[in-house]
Amino acid sequence: MRVDLPHLDDLVACPQCDTLHLAADLPEGTRACCQRCGHVLMSAQKTAVARIISLALTAFVLMIAAVSFPFLALDAGGVRNATSVIDAVLAFRNGLAFPLAIAVAFFIVVLPLMRLSALIYALGPLVTGRKPRPGARVAFGLAEKLRPWSMAEIFIVGVTVALIKVAGMAAVTIGPAFWAFAGVVVITILKDQLICRYSIWEALDKARA
Amino acid sequence: MSARTAGLVACRNCGQVHQIDTARCKRCDSPLQSRDAQSLQKVWAWLIAGIIAYIPANTYPMLLTSTLTDRSESTIIGGVIELVDYGAIGIALVVFVASVVIPVGKFVAIMYLAISVQRGSYRNQHGRHRAYDVVEFIGRWSMIDVFVVAILSALVQLATIATINPGIAAVSFALSVIFTMLAAQSFDPRLIWDADRTIHD
Repeated sequence: MRVDLPHLDDLVACPQCDTLHLAADLPEGTRACCQRCGHVLMSAQKTAVARIISLALTAFVLMIAAVSFPFLALDAGGVRNATSVIDAVLAFRNGLAFPLAIAVAFFIVVLPLMRLSALIYALGPLVTGRKPRPGARVAFGLAEKLRPWSMAEIFIVGVTVALIKVAGMAAVTIGPAFWAFAGVVVITILKDQLICRYSIWEALDKARA
Repeated sequence: MSARTAGLVACRNCGQVHQIDTARCKRCDSPLQSRDAQSLQKVWAWLIAGIIAYIPANTYPMLLTSTLTDRSESTIIGGVIELVDYGAIGIALVVFVASVVIPVGKFVAIMYLAISVQRGSYRNQHGRHRAYDVVEFIGRWSMIDVFVVAILSALVQLATIATINPGIAAVSFALSVIFTMLAAQSFDPRLIWDADRTIHD
């Protein structure tokens, strides 16, 4: 079926159900949802890019702190064992479980850092009104594709469960890295809520022109 | 109306709309596909792999605990029962939901989505789309148990007093979660809506 259509750049198709919509300028602070399936198509927030960048930078610094400082320590019967995030990753280093150590390292440290760096690289120049860097599109696309595989927030819930399991048998000390990691999680959630794919692709397009 | 019926194809990465015969997105360079023809095949393959990996995840031990006096092994269910014995009902519930209810629920939900699309069902599209959203959102949370094992094994290394080491079930459980996440990502939700009869209004 062929019909008379507006210019293709003025159309938005829902990525979830393929329904076509006409793109319109949204009033500040509102959201547009797909008419059929309700998926959020765009949300208008003027200062979003600047806020995304500042949150991403904060999360990046905190993540570095989270992997370098002591995370948790355990005391029982005069024996003390301190653990960092890296030690948690290395828990799987022996034998058949080794690939899992690599996977866990990616899920809780490498992928979150990659997403943050990609966002900073892709959107940084937009804040000061400069042209996007080469590869900015690839970087932003990558940051969005990696989203489900970046599991920092799940890790922190796992840590809570583990703490309750050992709290009965030994004294647990919570180190600075724990709070840094919790900070990374909260900031990442705030940042991801600000990301409106449609607006950012539009912004990247405008900055290139 | 959908982009497909209008002779167009939309980029799922950035939303840019193109003529249907375009191969790559002009804006973000992602490959374009109006519908993923192999979607269901990939979904079934990943799903079956996920179910197979879930079996050893439950039968083999997740944690190997040794203390001064004894050695014990606990499976996923064993760990939940242990938490209930401590009186930590809330946490036991979190672990049970994350490691049993969510994985099994996901297997069932993905099967239901795949079968209903294969049969060209046009019923309850909103419900099925919601099911897809939930599966996509919640699947990764099953990883909690793997991280619990990682933290416990790193933390509880108190020489002779008590040590905890990961069991092989942790690996198969992680694989099962990864496979089902891939199954959910391979599912093309636009297929749910293709049987929509109200589309030409």
